[in-house]
Amino acid sequence: MAAGFKTVEPLEYYRRFLKENCRPDGRELGEFRTTTVNIGSISTADGSALVKLGNTTVICGVKAEFAVPPTDAPDKGYVVPNVDLPPLCSSRFRSGPPGEEAQVASQFIADVIENSQIIQKEDLCISSGKLAWVLYCDLICLDYDGNILDACTFALLAALKNVQLPEVRINEETALAEVNLKKKSYLNIRTHPVATSFAVFDDTLLIVDPTGEEEHLATGTLTVVMDEEGRLSCLHKPGGSGLTGAKLQDCMSRAVTRHKEVKKLMDEVIKSMTPK
Amino acid sequence: MEGAMRSDDKVCTETGIESSSRGPGCSLRHFACEQNLLSRPDGSAAFLQGDTSVLAGVYGPAEVKVSKEIFNKATLEVILRPKIGLPGVAEKSRERLIRNTCQAVVLGALHPRTSITVVLQVVSDAGSLLACCLNAACMALVDAGVPMRALFCGVTCALDSDGTLVLDPTAKQEKEARAVLTFALDSVDRKLLMSTTKGLYSDAELQQCLAAAQTASQHVFRFYRESLQRRYSKS
Repeated sequence: MAAGFKTVEPLEYYRRFLKENCRPDGRELGEFRTTTVNIGSISTADGSALVKLGNTTVICGVKAEFAVPPTDAPDKGYVVPNVDLPPLCSSRFRSGPPGEEAQVASQFIADVIENSQIIQKEDLCISSGKLAWVLYCDLICLDYDGNILDACTFALLAALKNVQLPEVRINEETALAEVNLKKKSYLNIRTHPVATSFAVFDDTLLIVDPTGEEEHLATGTLTVVMDEEGRLSCLHKPGGSGLTGAKLQDCMSRAVTRHKEVKKLMDEVIKSMTPK
Repeated sequence: MEGAMRSDDKVCTETGIESSSRGPGCSLRHFACEQNLLSRPDGSAAFLQGDTSVLAGVYGPAEVKVSKEIFNKATLEVILRPKIGLPGVAEKSRERLIRNTCQAVVLGALHPRTSITVVLQVVSDAGSLLACCLNAACMALVDAGVPMRALFCGVTCALDSDGTLVLDPTAKQEKEARAVLTFALDSVDRKLLMSTTKGLYSDAELQQCLAAAQTASQHVFRFYRESLQRRYSKS
């Protein structure tokens, strides 16, 4: 009977739960789904991570290649992110050129990398003006159940922490690069940005970590990306119902607690990986 | 007579805040708006902020493809064309921001199974482009007579390295700034409809920028009201 009511009046069904300050899957309004992360599963990539946020699954693979640095910044390398939402993850995506959702997510990840300065681009330079590293970060969603931006940001961060770049020397006589695959070093990750997404219901209620159905019923969404010092690198609110300054403050405090949770999880995983 | 009416409709209002010497604080660049300048779209507007200028055209409510129709609301589409080159991923991202902002204010339920298309063309970009696009879109929607719950406006703030706030930055100020924040605010109670930011900043700075944007938006809304009053008082 509840299933019938849910199909006919999904919003009303939802409101009944929200009135009791909980959600159909049993979570509270400010509670995240179970987050799991698996690092280094793709052996052919230089760095990889698989993140599961409830049912939402995103895998990130990072490949490092050589490139000529841009002429206007000869001592910088590149980081090129790409988010792919294949038809596998959800029936709403068709095969073909990337849809709007994928493009918006790619732009979001590119902005997060740029704004929060996870990596100093100068660290990717091997020889000024001649050779630099370019990191291709491919994020593929395997299962879409809402909150794709949080999962992508976390997967990217975990994968970058896992990347090991071999040592490269430029041979002065031949002017060729000599790659020493035996000597690898980790990237210098300067900050740890963590994204927290909220959905706005009926213009007033804010819930954290929306599932696919919740995103569909929501009147607006908001994503906050914060690093460990409480600095914001992105406040992404693509339209939707209006928010007051006070509501934004609540979101900020929730984002701070989420950052601590994610950082703890990631430190545990990294620690379990190191004795190899 | 038709020709004479059309030239009367073209209201070129040149009000706005005069700000020749822009010190730190709440001073917006000189802005101007011209409505109903294109003959084909149902509504059109050109919005100028300093040297940044955007042309907007609105078609709607019009027919919609069956694949895109929504049974109880109007389908809103936004197309943003850059000044040079082909539209890329950044334009798609901005289109989504503008579309969602318009969706929050346009009363789509009054025109189900129709489409409302907003086309924006960047004429010149000298800083605060997204805010100018939002303002042009709002004026064009008003010109087209699309029913809306409220008006909206875009305001950009830039924070430089020592924390000073500059409203409506020029391209040079944006490049040198530590953070650039763009907000869309609604006219009823100045709530935050849309926000997109670039760079690093703290929570306190965010609240400060939001408050400054809310005060600045009053000027923009007053400008909207005056320009519309001037336009409709002639007839």
